[in-house]
Amino acid sequence: MWATPRMKYLSRSFGTLCRVNVQCRSLVTTTNSAQVIEQHQFYNEEQQKLQNAIKKLIDKEINPHVDEWETAGMWPAHKIMKLFGQAGFLGINKPVEYGGLDLDYKYQAAFNEALGGICAPGVGMGIGVQTDLTTPALARFGSEYLKREFLAPSISGDVVSCLGVSEPDAGSDVAGLQTSARHHGEDLIINGQKMWITNSWQADWICLLLNTSAGPPHLNKSLVCVPMKTPGIHLTKMIDKLGMRSSDTGQIFFDEVRVPAKNIIGEEGKGFTYQMLQFQGERMAMALSGLEPMKMCIQETLDYIRERKAFGQPLLNNQYLHFRLAELETELECLRSIIYRAVELYVHGEDITRLASMCKLKVGRLTREVADSCLQMWGGMGFTNEILVSRLCRDLRLFSIGGGADEVMLTIICKFMGTLPVPPKKNKKFIT
Amino acid sequence: MSLRVLVGCKRVIDYAVKIRVRPDKMGVVTDGVKHSMNPFDEIAIEEAVRLKEKKIAKEVIAVSCGPTQAQETIRTALAMGADRGIHVEIPAKEMEKLEPLHVSKILAKLAEKEGAELLIVGKQAIDDDSNATAQMTAALLEWPQATFASKIEKTDGTLLVVREVDGGLETIKVKLPAVVSADLRLNEPRYATLPNIMKAKKKKIVKMKPADLGVDTTAHFEVVEVCDPPSREAGIKVEDVDALVSKLKEAGRI
Repeated sequence: MWATPRMKYLSRSFGTLCRVNVQCRSLVTTTNSAQVIEQHQFYNEEQQKLQNAIKKLIDKEINPHVDEWETAGMWPAHKIMKLFGQAGFLGINKPVEYGGLDLDYKYQAAFNEALGGICAPGVGMGIGVQTDLTTPALARFGSEYLKREFLAPSISGDVVSCLGVSEPDAGSDVAGLQTSARHHGEDLIINGQKMWITNSWQADWICLLLNTSAGPPHLNKSLVCVPMKTPGIHLTKMIDKLGMRSSDTGQIFFDEVRVPAKNIIGEEGKGFTYQMLQFQGERMAMALSGLEPMKMCIQETLDYIRERKAFGQPLLNNQYLHFRLAELETELECLRSIIYRAVELYVHGEDITRLASMCKLKVGRLTREVADSCLQMWGGMGFTNEILVSRLCRDLRLFSIGGGADEVMLTIICKFMGTLPVPPKKNKKFIT
Repeated sequence: MSLRVLVGCKRVIDYAVKIRVRPDKMGVVTDGVKHSMNPFDEIAIEEAVRLKEKKIAKEVIAVSCGPTQAQETIRTALAMGADRGIHVEIPAKEMEKLEPLHVSKILAKLAEKEGAELLIVGKQAIDDDSNATAQMTAALLEWPQATFASKIEKTDGTLLVVREVDGGLETIKVKLPAVVSADLRLNEPRYATLPNIMKAKKKKIVKMKPADLGVDTTAHFEVVEVCDPPSREAGIKVEDVDALVSKLKEAGRI
């Protein structure tokens, strides 16, 4: 049979005593020096050390178990969140008073990119929800009380959180969501439902976007921290997904759920704006997290077709294949460049809505192209669940859908280009 | 009794990198190539930090000989829990000619200077596989040595060390001060936490040159050539021992 890619690097290391963790199917890639220079130059020494530490944690506590979590359809969120919390990885760019390290965004970017080394993107997604989706607005706009109650334990990894924005009838159309609350004394009473919620089955609290008053749809919403054990919250089903199968995705019903109004993050009515801000970080996080999987895809495929023979020679000898891999490698490098460029601007406080949308659009499209092209090169083996590439095909397909579908990204970019059609004005003078 | 522990760590080409021989065939390509701490030295640092956590050691000093980048390696040790570092500066050009004997002399001098009671190093570096530094340092200091350690226990003024040797496991007792070299199964090095990575920047690293320690780094060896190992040729199957013997005779091997 063909030599498993994982064996490749053992020949270089310390003889028979190599104990380096043999991960699921991803090998620690034998990089050539050219690739190594680029990534090294972008991150500083501490950021690289952070990435090395994350990689060690992943190699030790996560990758050896991902196959079993994928089969079970559930990752152990509390256990993993606690490990990350103890290592200080969950509050990288969050305030020190609540257990964070208040480092600049580039450290957070280094973290997001390193999460891509998890052989089951579903797990990385679950962790990323906590660091980049549920806590940024809370950290920036939340009251002292909310930060102590919800932010601090999220940073320490003692609780698991989820983000409640999407609904069965409102995904891309965030402004059109229907979950609402009425005021009742000092409380809010919430009714509605949320769909596609990552971590929902294991979460201790949800960062919920909902309507809190009547009024224009961009000005009547609030972000609210709601404990998942509050009476009236029901989870109905674990959604059976094509990919990201180790991630628990649920549908949540809110039936007269009572929560104090002081659980509103920041100002009431500003929820939509806060969520739009959170989206930029989410999109960058997704883009960054796509880089490592694509790199692994290309490297593993390269190693496989170097060994796999057909018609008397290695598949790699076919120009079509090594040229195709070179094309994919080039595209990956281009995507890396725009992502790093956006990161730098974000670090300097610039509004990166346009670039972040481009990064998100491109990562969604490129991961599909890379995974699909690579899978083809694996032939029959590619069509099995024994290969990382086939899991990445399924998992990374989400990138064009979740976190803002390609179509939404395109709309945003068109807005910047000034190409969206202007709706016709109602002409009142049309009476002779 | 709380020990002061000195740990040697070397900056080597990362184990995952595919090594390429330089065109001039006098070494391997190191420019722009990813380097990290020698894995066995990581194990050594981890053991020292664990001794400190068990209150057997009171201070862990990480030392590295090399160019400026060796400080990154020292900071990795600091992030794992070492208290301070010593960087013995060797210019990049001279690194290739640095021998285990030079390093042993440096470590011996430092052990005396710092009043260390325990010196731990990795059993060998993954670039030269010399497996000599620990042994020579012990000889220079006239300290007992416990090499290939897979377990270390402290009992009064001695160390009980289990060694991994060809025949199996050997347990020995060594009096302190002593030199220990770390083998693979001694422990599993921790990943540094982010707070510790950031704190490491503030820990002290003292710089010095070999001359400051009275050590002469003149080379005793000269590299003649560095080349790839020959690629493995296909083998052939033979019917029986007689055929094997005649084939070997044919090939001029016997």
